[in-house]
Amino acid sequence: MTLTDYATACLLILGGIFFLAGTVGLLRFPDVYTRLHALTKADNVGLGFIMAGLVLQAESWLAAGKLLLIWLLVLFASASVSYLIARRALNKGIRIWM
Amino acid sequence: MIQALYFALALFLLLNLCAGLWRILRGPTTADRMLAAQLFGTTVVAMLLLLAQASGNPVLRDVALVFALLAAVTAVAFVQRAWPEEKESEHDLN
Amino acid sequence: MDVIVVLEWAFDAVLGLGLLWLAWRTLNSPDLFKAIVLFISFGLLMALAWVRLNAPDIALAEAAIGAGLTGALLLAALARLRTTTDNTMPAQLPAGSWFQRGLLIVLLSGSAAGLGYAVWILPSHTSGLSMAVTANLDVSGARNPVTAVLLNFRGYDTMLEMIVLLLAVLGIWSLGGLPPRPERPAVAVLDTFSRFLIPVFILAAAYLLWVGADAPGGAFQAGSVLGAAGVLLLLSGWRPGVRLMQWPLRLALTIGAITFIILGVLTLLYEQQLLAYPVAQAGRMIILLESLATVSIAVTLAILFLGESPDPEEKK
Repeated sequence: MTLTDYATACLLILGGIFFLAGTVGLLRFPDVYTRLHALTKADNVGLGFIMAGLVLQAESWLAAGKLLLIWLLVLFASASVSYLIARRALNKGIRIWM
Repeated sequence: MIQALYFALALFLLLNLCAGLWRILRGPTTADRMLAAQLFGTTVVAMLLLLAQASGNPVLRDVALVFALLAAVTAVAFVQRAWPEEKESEHDLN
Repeated sequence: MDVIVVLEWAFDAVLGLGLLWLAWRTLNSPDLFKAIVLFISFGLLMALAWVRLNAPDIALAEAAIGAGLTGALLLAALARLRTTTDNTMPAQLPAGSWFQRGLLIVLLSGSAAGLGYAVWILPSHTSGLSMAVTANLDVSGARNPVTAVLLNFRGYDTMLEMIVLLLAVLGIWSLGGLPPRPERPAVAVLDTFSRFLIPVFILAAAYLLWVGADAPGGAFQAGSVLGAAGVLLLLSGWRPGVRLMQWPLRLALTIGAITFIILGVLTLLYEQQLLAYPVAQAGRMIILLESLATVSIAVTLAILFLGESPDPEEKK
């Protein structure tokens, strides 16, 4: 394994840990808002690390650009959608856990 | 070696996804179920990117791109249309 | 290498079991919303299964249509259903007599056994028609074998699919359509979201259409991504004007099928065979058909999502 491979491995494993944290949060957190918080960690950071790990292995700049584009799209979509869900939940009167 | 890691991580993410199914079955609110589906969408995007690298098939990145785009539309359809107006029970045993 | 084989095997096993379990839970869930979310998850895993079966074309179609737009369509249908009925099925379906159940079991296991036998007697290692497709790829006008089959060798299949989509819209309209319903007001974030994302959708659709000649992609995938852009537009509160709902809409809905039929008639006249393109023109004809079919598919899907009759005042 080369140095790049080790860097990829580290980044991928970090990404996996964030996905695990997102799932555990989704299962264990007490209300919609906190679960939303856990979910976006997997979306943004988890996918971000996995993407970063794969970019190091990408065969061309074009492929790396496409990976980056996918991540940015997911980032943008998840931020907007999380806002919409949280706002509607609040308007509907779903209680915030204290 | 790095190939094995791609597959191991894909398997790990798949197991994560299976664990997340519990939240869809359990609820309690419709939003919780939708959140789980959103997480699945991102997980599958990550798995497709890993499999694309592992199998050397760049087409899978296009599949991931389409998933990333369309998951957002489903979520917006949920917020704008399918979320019922009336109050729903939100009792959680945790 | 052994580690990879074991990991692949474990991945496929978990995927297969997960699919079966999800299918079962989707079918027997009394809560329709839960069933829809399970169905969306099923679509996600199904796309992965197609990837593992080395069929990226179908995975792309599953991603675009199965997991993406069908979920949005089902959610919209559920929202309409809620306004008229309770959203849960009866907890206990009326049970038939023992005779009926026995008959059902015999018929179902008979057809399952027949299908199983049909699969069993298939030769285990056969290339099917792929040799014939590869041999004729040069004259097809496309470099992706799947596109060559769908648009050239079996172009009439795609023509009939276009007509099926048209019939779906006609079916909804002939029921009188649904009463127009205003969308929930779009908040600023959703507005910005749509404004930013719709051009990206259009770009992605054009990319999928273009790449379809060489690699997985094509009219149906591009059409459903473009249709998703339309759905997003509808969800953020935009409605086509009354004038747009008249002949421009009808033209957009039918242009794919019309072009297929015109080309079919022309090729029947000049080549004596339905949709047998002259070799020199094949590439151009496929691009033309795919582009127009993309427009029709996109508009059809968006109109299905809208579900409203084009002229509600006529009903009164």
